[in-house]
Amino acid sequence: MKTHLARIIAISKKELLHIIRDPRTLIIIVLMPVIQLIMFGYAMNLEIQRVDMAVIDHDRSRTAVDLQEAFRQNGFFNLFPYEGKLADAEALFLERRARVILMIPADFGKHLQREPLVPVQLLIDAADPNAAVNIQNYCNQVIRIFNERYGSALALPFEIESTIWFNPDMKSAYFFVPGILALLLVMISALLTSITIAREKEMGTMEQILVSPVRPYEIILGKVIPYAVLAFLDGALILFLGMVFFQVPFIGSALLLAALVLLFVITALSLGLLISTVTSTQQIAMMVALFATLLPTLLLSGFIFPIPSMPRILQLLSYVVPAKYFLVIVRGIMLKGNTLTQLLVPAGFLALLTAVLLAGAWKKFRVNLE
Amino acid sequence: MNAIEITNFHKSFGPVTAVDNASLTVKPGELFGLIGPDGAGKTTLMRAICTLLLPDSGQILVNGMDTTRDVGKIRASIGYMPQRFSLYQDLSVAQNLRFFADLFQVPPEERTRRLEQLYQFSRLEPFRNRLAGDLSGGMKQKLALSCALIHTPDLLVLDEPTYGVDPVSRKEFWDILRTIQQEGTTILVSTAYMDEADQCERVALFFRGRIAGLDTPDGLRRDYPHPLYRLEGSDLRALRRFFQDIPTVHSIQLFGDALHVSFAQPPQPGDWRGWQDAVGSSLSHWEAHPPTIEDIFLDLIRSAS
Repeated sequence: MKTHLARIIAISKKELLHIIRDPRTLIIIVLMPVIQLIMFGYAMNLEIQRVDMAVIDHDRSRTAVDLQEAFRQNGFFNLFPYEGKLADAEALFLERRARVILMIPADFGKHLQREPLVPVQLLIDAADPNAAVNIQNYCNQVIRIFNERYGSALALPFEIESTIWFNPDMKSAYFFVPGILALLLVMISALLTSITIAREKEMGTMEQILVSPVRPYEIILGKVIPYAVLAFLDGALILFLGMVFFQVPFIGSALLLAALVLLFVITALSLGLLISTVTSTQQIAMMVALFATLLPTLLLSGFIFPIPSMPRILQLLSYVVPAKYFLVIVRGIMLKGNTLTQLLVPAGFLALLTAVLLAGAWKKFRVNLE
Repeated sequence: MNAIEITNFHKSFGPVTAVDNASLTVKPGELFGLIGPDGAGKTTLMRAICTLLLPDSGQILVNGMDTTRDVGKIRASIGYMPQRFSLYQDLSVAQNLRFFADLFQVPPEERTRRLEQLYQFSRLEPFRNRLAGDLSGGMKQKLALSCALIHTPDLLVLDEPTYGVDPVSRKEFWDILRTIQQEGTTILVSTAYMDEADQCERVALFFRGRIAGLDTPDGLRRDYPHPLYRLEGSDLRALRRFFQDIPTVHSIQLFGDALHVSFAQPPQPGDWRGWQDAVGSSLSHWEAHPPTIEDIFLDLIRSAS
């Protein structure tokens, strides 16, 4: 046992030397989370803010001004009056001076006191469909509040009052910080692991170290441990930055998250190992690993696109994407304070996936040059 | 018990036969050479000895252990130096040595002694902090050899260790091998340089996966059936053309600035005078010459095909 451990440590120490000797890898490992957080946090912002709204007010009554004030108070809209005709309003969209046009008809105020339904026209630029849906939702919200205040003559039998839990402000940091965590852990664990083993094969050093008392599992563990530690530290860095700069809450148990992060890292490492056993050069390993980790984690995990709205075939495919389960776990623990019993299903799937990947890697790992 | 015992070893890769029914034994303490051109099957045989390849048929015993069954024990007991430089280029000399000492679990007190010894013969001590990738070809090979020797194996398997190394370093390398051999280590070494065969105690001449000759270098020379002469002259090409037409000539080989001409029947003194008269100044000097390993090898190839 002692000799096995000593050999594992020997390989880990050597791997650490490789990492230190290659500053590029180190820079990628440290800078990638920071750059990704900045990119997602500031550039790829899905929140809508300061939406320019042109107002064509044909009424100019007290009520019409109140309606505009309601939009202004919401904080999402940047209102400005437009004096031209509605027919010319298209120019506002074409020149990107407004993303939404609010048209208040003449006698709006007067009609509102007598009639059950008074139309107000909204024109929304849907060149960006996601933004358009969001703008529409915000507008509806404002109008609902306005209606309540003015006591619309129409009495509805019931009303749906939705309350958004866990992320009431719909902050995108809440979704991208766990997403980046998943992406990064997968990239470091799977990508770097597969490259490091492929490098030994490519450089011929695998042939050299195979002719020694070292066992395959010692090579694997020895290589995996430094990267697992790095991935872990990187994960902590992402969470720290997310909490400090983007105020992402952390309600659940840090210990539980750490344990499940470890499980996820092992899953990704197993994937990396499997890739490395079927590739012979660093380049191929990198391509395969990128293809197997980056795209599925970005597109099929529910990180950006909701899985239920995918075509059936992609939904089925998402079952083998480890990040899918990990995202449920991270979001659950951080935002909802989930306990282990509530996360047994995704954790179980992750464990199952790990077992399958590891068994595959084990079976494919060559202890000779056959 | 023999250090290596190979019986009817056969190995092919798809349609290509790499080693065809090879049998040989290496005695303990011997310096044994596998001689042959690239692609002759030397590397395949050495990898099989190191348990890295499995025989299609036949058997290899290393210190009495079967390479298909006692994989772990064999791997722990031998020192192997692959054909390509297979150390970590981004690690220093000392770090490479330490890694292999760790891998083979060399105990600390023995490690210090062994390192001192290895540094002494390799003269790498002054370069201990230099990255392996920055060493010269000869120094790289000495480092690789040191790493293969760190655990004091009783069998050393070296696959073309002098390939691409300058002549001075090659000579130094062979001197080191003899020192190691004197310490009792069995050494199996392969080379494509025929002249290095004379550095070995016994050699196997490899050609197209078969052992074409197996003996001591002197034994091979003794068995060479033809009288051989070394010819010097001003126009070796003209000389070659001339001797090709002599019926008693068996073969002609160009060796640097001379021709090696072997005969089916020993030429008489009168023959030489006649030939010199015929070719004139193209032939300035001739003498009976012991065959080199290359002469023997080429002859074996010719008679084999």
